[in-house]
Amino acid sequence: MSMLEVKNLSIAFGGLKAVDDFHMTIEKGQLYGLIGPNGAGKTTVFNLLTGVYKPDTGSIILDEENITGKKTIEINRAGIARTFQNIRLFKDMSVLDNVKVGLHNHHPYSTVAGIFRFPSYYRVEKEMNERAMELLKVFDLDQEAGFKASNLPYGKQRKLEIARALATDPKLLLLDEPAAGMNPNETAELMNTIRFVRDNFHMTILLIEHDMKLVSGICEKLTVLNFGQVLTEGKTADVLNDPQVITAYLGE
Amino acid sequence: MSFLSYLINGISLGSVYAIIALGYTMVYGIAKMLNFAHGDIIMVGGFAAFTVISTMGGNPIVGVLTAVVVCTVLGVVIERVAYKPLRNASPLAVLITAIGVSYLLQNIALLIFGSNPRQFTSVINIPPLKLADGQLSISSVTIVTIVTCIIIMIGLTTFINKTKIGQAMLAVSEDKGAATLMGIDVNRTIAVTFAIGSALAAIAGVLLCSAYPSLTPYTGSMPGIKAFVAAVFGGIGSIPGALIGGIILGVIENLSKAYISSQLADAIVFSVLIIVLLVRPTGILGKQIHEKV
Amino acid sequence: MKMSGKKSNLMVQNAVTYGLVIVFWAFIQILNLTGNMTSLLNGLLVPICTYVILAISLNLTVGILGELSLGHAGFMCVGAFSGAFFTNAMAGIIPSVGVRFALALVVGAIVAAVFGILIGIPVLRLKGDYLAIVTLAFGEIIKNLINVFYVGIDSRGIHFSMKDTTSLNLEEGGEVIIKGAQGITGTPKASTFLIGILLILLTLFIVLNLINSRTGRAIMAIRDNRIAAESVGINITKYKLLAFAVSASMAGVAGVLYAHNLSSLAATTKNFGYNMSITILVFVVLGGIGNIRGSMIAAVVLTALPELLRGLNNYRMLIYAIVLIVMMLFNSAPKSLEMRARVKEYFKNRRNNTVRKEAA
Repeated sequence: MSMLEVKNLSIAFGGLKAVDDFHMTIEKGQLYGLIGPNGAGKTTVFNLLTGVYKPDTGSIILDEENITGKKTIEINRAGIARTFQNIRLFKDMSVLDNVKVGLHNHHPYSTVAGIFRFPSYYRVEKEMNERAMELLKVFDLDQEAGFKASNLPYGKQRKLEIARALATDPKLLLLDEPAAGMNPNETAELMNTIRFVRDNFHMTILLIEHDMKLVSGICEKLTVLNFGQVLTEGKTADVLNDPQVITAYLGE
Repeated sequence: MSFLSYLINGISLGSVYAIIALGYTMVYGIAKMLNFAHGDIIMVGGFAAFTVISTMGGNPIVGVLTAVVVCTVLGVVIERVAYKPLRNASPLAVLITAIGVSYLLQNIALLIFGSNPRQFTSVINIPPLKLADGQLSISSVTIVTIVTCIIIMIGLTTFINKTKIGQAMLAVSEDKGAATLMGIDVNRTIAVTFAIGSALAAIAGVLLCSAYPSLTPYTGSMPGIKAFVAAVFGGIGSIPGALIGGIILGVIENLSKAYISSQLADAIVFSVLIIVLLVRPTGILGKQIHEKV
Repeated sequence: MKMSGKKSNLMVQNAVTYGLVIVFWAFIQILNLTGNMTSLLNGLLVPICTYVILAISLNLTVGILGELSLGHAGFMCVGAFSGAFFTNAMAGIIPSVGVRFALALVVGAIVAAVFGILIGIPVLRLKGDYLAIVTLAFGEIIKNLINVFYVGIDSRGIHFSMKDTTSLNLEEGGEVIIKGAQGITGTPKASTFLIGILLILLTLFIVLNLINSRTGRAIMAIRDNRIAAESVGINITKYKLLAFAVSASMAGVAGVLYAHNLSSLAATTKNFGYNMSITILVFVVLGGIGNIRGSMIAAVVLTALPELLRGLNNYRMLIYAIVLIVMMLFNSAPKSLEMRARVKEYFKNRRNNTVRKEAA
């Protein structure tokens, strides 16, 4: 059974078709890559999948649930979480609190219980702290739990974003250029982390990436986007050897 | 007949709003900030002209010119000292600073001139125009205000479209970074914008005080806020928008004063702002902006 | 380890904040007992409490929610009038002034919160400068409307008018409570310093606990990055409105306190106009945006100082203006931040060097 099924997805901005007749099927537990030259519309696809933009046409089915045209928060509740190309952390909050915001919907207590410190407050806060520290440990961030998020080094900020996304307990995780700005060592480490997340959280992962070493290293299948349209799709090795793809990247 | 007279006075008041709104709209378009102190520059212009004309007994034309010079310099200095250091700071910080500058100007004026209203002698001494056998009398200030507003609109549009610095202003308002790469001196362009906006505020101040002769340190504050409403109404960043917004607002205000309640006129003007922002947040002639994710 | 450290640190911080309020109360008691209380200072006590509550509540909107509201005085106004109206209208039904005042505080809080929600629904869709100017507009509208509002009460119930007292058509023995621009007169002076202090503590309790809860984190997440907050499933509208309404209701409480300190209450530019909103903003800015304790201290100092140092009173607003500009340039200008970081680094290095020297 597939985790994500996208059909005929399109959106235009003032006459310009940013994404045109896009389709994609991701199986459960797959590590899937979305690649393509700059400006091909990859981030726009993410924005469509997460409800930041409403598609003009097409359908998005997540684990048999139709989420087409739903709002961002509904889509997150349905099970899609994401990271951003230009990191978007809650920069004045602590690392721990960033993850606890991600846990918001799964560990509820009322505002009144929070203000008047009902027993539910202490119980749920304890659960949240434990769960958040578990997640931070996965990303080797537990030592920095009390730091302000903006004081983390760049690579760790990217990791914190992934931890926060995972905190929402998604079925599908979207990573927008997770290795951007990382050195080869950090990228290698990130590849291990992504694999770890997939295996231990039983996660389905879709990622946008320009680093071909990362893509060929961990992605099982790829879709190549060019000028808003699907150029080709298939197994990673086959796609990367496709002359069409090479032309799209390097030009004629 | 009385309706016509209210309408014409409304257009005249609206013309003043339009001139002030131009300053807001240009600064907002180019420096991306709400210059809260813009209204108080009007007041400074009023006091400058008042000092020259009434205190020193000078020629009205000298008075107006002094006001323009004082306000232009003041506008540039304010930008330099208070706003420029905050160029890349949060919008909240810039807005709070602008509020601070507004208060500073009001309170300096309060210390110098006191809180008692000063009687401003109109700079225009032509008898009123009488139409329809004297049933409709239009004061000379009203006519001069409307004419001045039209001249300024035409002049400014020509300036922006025909001169190099005007084109630079357009470029900076579109994309600061790209403008810098094209060799445009962004700081200088912003300074020029403030200079022009403040000079217009001086003229607006003189016209406003000629029509409503009571001058206090708070004279500029309400018209300033209303002119901002006009700028938003017309579409912030748009010059014709400032004109349309200003005039519609002036007419609404004057007609509400005449036919509904003078106490509620301000409330009605502000309600217009709220309705506009809810129905069409970019104003009548404004552009839609998307936030990039 | 780190976690418990962080938690206890937070508790110490909060304890210091509550402690300061109690110390302030004790200080005033000592002045009273030793006979050092002046009538000038005595008259300032309730207003100071009012301003402190206003500063704390506005900091919730500006510092925690991250939206600049310039209409805070409007909510104070709504609270003041609804509270004073309640106290006067209930005079025949509830004889005890204390009970009426206590209920009036609740009424003021609720009515202000309702206004907060009604205004918040349209306003919070806007951003930044627009939001600021629209809150300012709402504040002015509220003030203007109250000035033409006439409310009377008789055996048939409550009557409203926006024209004059006679158009209320009150029957014999009916009483006009809100008289347009004249406002409300004859409200019992029930506000005391002790009540003010208790209300400050209550406000603090609510705000500090709110910040350190799931709801507070959601609100701050929206402040720091709206799009990211949405992406992790935070309901933006709900939490913005909640913060705005809580902030408004506290301003309402401050208004009730204010109204019960005056025998005659009228909405003027001075007390409920946007000047007042800006004054409250000055407290928040001087104390540090998002710093609850700081805004409290700033409210006390900036209210008491100009009054106590007579000569300063004329320069009060001028000082406020300079405070706003200088604080912003110091705290937000990129150059100033860079310089401060360098100065900090310098002292850190020097301290490390001396420590090393001592160790050697």
